[in-house]
Amino acid sequence: MATETLTIGKALNTGLRRALENDPKVIIMGEDVGKLGGVFRITDGLQKDFGDQRVIDTPLAESGIIGTAVGLAIRGYRPVCEIQFDGFVYPAYDQIVSQVAKMHYRSGGRLSIPMVIRIPFGGGIGAVEHHSESPEAYFAHTAGLKVVTCSNPQDAYVMIQQAIASDDPIVFLEPKRRYWEKGQVDLDAPLSDAYPLHSARVVRPGTDATVLAYGPMVRTCLEAATAAAEDGRELEVIDLRSLSPLDLTAAYESVKRTGRAVVVHEAPSNIGLGAELAARITEECFYSLESPVLRVTGFDIPYPAARVEEEFLPDLDRVLDAVDRTFGW
Amino acid sequence: MAKGDPGGTTRSRRATPRSRKGAAGDPALVQLLTPEGERIDSATGPDGTEYRVDFTDEEYRGLYRDLVLVRKLDAEATALQRQGELGLWASLLGQEAAQVGSGRALRTQDMAFPTYREHGVLYCRGIDPIMPLGLFRGVDQGGWDPNEFKFNMYTIVIGAQTLHATGYAMGITIDGKTGTDDGEAAIAYFGDGATSQGDVNEAFVWASVFNAPLVFFCQNNQYAISEPLERQTRVPLYQRAAGFGFPGVRVDGNDVLATYAVTRTALDNARLGQGPSLIEAYTYRMGAHTTSDDPTRYRIASEVEAWQAKDPIARVKVFLEKQKIADADFFAEIDEQARRESVHLRERVLAMPDPEPVTMFDHVYPNGSPLLDEQRAKFSRYMESFEGSAH
Repeated sequence: MATETLTIGKALNTGLRRALENDPKVIIMGEDVGKLGGVFRITDGLQKDFGDQRVIDTPLAESGIIGTAVGLAIRGYRPVCEIQFDGFVYPAYDQIVSQVAKMHYRSGGRLSIPMVIRIPFGGGIGAVEHHSESPEAYFAHTAGLKVVTCSNPQDAYVMIQQAIASDDPIVFLEPKRRYWEKGQVDLDAPLSDAYPLHSARVVRPGTDATVLAYGPMVRTCLEAATAAAEDGRELEVIDLRSLSPLDLTAAYESVKRTGRAVVVHEAPSNIGLGAELAARITEECFYSLESPVLRVTGFDIPYPAARVEEEFLPDLDRVLDAVDRTFGW
Repeated sequence: MAKGDPGGTTRSRRATPRSRKGAAGDPALVQLLTPEGERIDSATGPDGTEYRVDFTDEEYRGLYRDLVLVRKLDAEATALQRQGELGLWASLLGQEAAQVGSGRALRTQDMAFPTYREHGVLYCRGIDPIMPLGLFRGVDQGGWDPNEFKFNMYTIVIGAQTLHATGYAMGITIDGKTGTDDGEAAIAYFGDGATSQGDVNEAFVWASVFNAPLVFFCQNNQYAISEPLERQTRVPLYQRAAGFGFPGVRVDGNDVLATYAVTRTALDNARLGQGPSLIEAYTYRMGAHTTSDDPTRYRIASEVEAWQAKDPIARVKVFLEKQKIADADFFAEIDEQARRESVHLRERVLAMPDPEPVTMFDHVYPNGSPLLDEQRAKFSRYMESFEGSAH
């Protein structure tokens, strides 16, 4: 078993390299993905090794990146588009929502758009505005798209390959503040068996309350669970991984056992993923719940100036506070 | 006040299209058949390209047949909408030559990316003309196979398909399918209004810098719903190409011969690796934008009449008669064929069944979705719960 210690960024890079090697139809495209290797270096070295027809530096226009990728997909290619930052995806929103998502449906299943749209998302890196947003709910709301996110190097490596191999169009959200975090990666990990792309995962078992998170918040919640354990509370932490479709089997099972659920995400609470999770858990686990499903989220404001982002982002204290409140009912 | 603006003042009502200046100006356009039915041997484009066609009598008759059939089927669809059988119809009336001329210039291997008005091109691609009626009737989303016919699905969001065409053309290059005589090309259809869209301008940039084997085919029908060309541009549209670094040409879009010649040349250039070009087919939408608008609110009768005199079918008929390529029997036979096909179309549209409700859940994802499967199952049970349900 070839195991290496990699950062999430390097794991993604390695996964992309594998995808390019395994399928000549895979094409990476985006702004600065070639010589520069992307502003986060996720595509570092790929153009050098695969050429500028497989790793394409595009003009600076997001709708053009996605729209031309649709045409390449119709032609039989599997484009992997990089959007440089979350807040820059909106010029491409029409192409993603009206074209990428609906082409399969519109054609009665005759066309598939096997596209991956990679977006570094979320805050915590001290960036200026438009560089720290959490647009997942926009995409998760759109039928025809699938939305996934990873929280550790192993998943980053496997999930990016699974997403590229999938015929579904997938918005792949990368937790940019975690790009530099390291972990063990099994480079021979099977793509299909152990953890299918659309499955949630219990990342810390526990008995007293269930904490649901994804992407950058998984680590925050794991830290909260460690702290809670010192106070004698065993939190079960679930990494959702797939935001659309949601895999709630593990969540339901967990909540029915613990009786308590806290949903944590960076995005604002209003009409966010937390609302969907709270509603579904309430419907499915109503008689097991000891308290309402609580949310810990960003506030309903535009992403704030960097010097106050630590107050905007859910942190260990806010998660623990919510856990306390679930016990106070 | 813009000429051609319905405005309401006496003065504007006297305005004629001939007096248009500025945006719509520059009357120079490639023409091989005048509105009076006179043949012009060759015409020169703005970059000096010489355009000519050399059709057999049978081919001339074939083009005439296409034009008449396409107009008749379109008229039938408009009538069906008026009778409540279609939710909406986007008529191509007046644009038959632009569509048949360009559609017939395509080779089998070329891929077309249409808007929702390209029924004439669809017809030229060999697709059953009933297909788009399913979309407008609301029983499906358009039922043809884009790969089989090399004609993509209708795109309703304005200009979005120009980027798809550009990406597809980039794929042709990557596949190494240019530079030879059996190479491939793509063609993107759009209207004058679409030229204001960001996507169209991005497509111009992309196609240019990647030297994509692509023809941008703009049917300038003078109006984007109610907004005249003057609201979209202050320069002739074909001239925009120069700013993006590829050739542009304006062709008489009511002249099926010139449209064919210009499109064929542009496609040949593309497939030979010479990159994209823009064709502005200068034409006129004789009807409404769709059956839901009223063009008498935004344009004047004299303008419509002036364009009527440039009718794309009448001039071919005059030419065929003068040259004795076709006789009265031929024209009668075509009319009869058109009548038969439109009756047949009508019968089949009326017989189109509504889809089974549960099929609305089909084809959302190639790989399916557990949550959607659950929703479909619940919906099925709900439908089955009704007494006497056949479902």
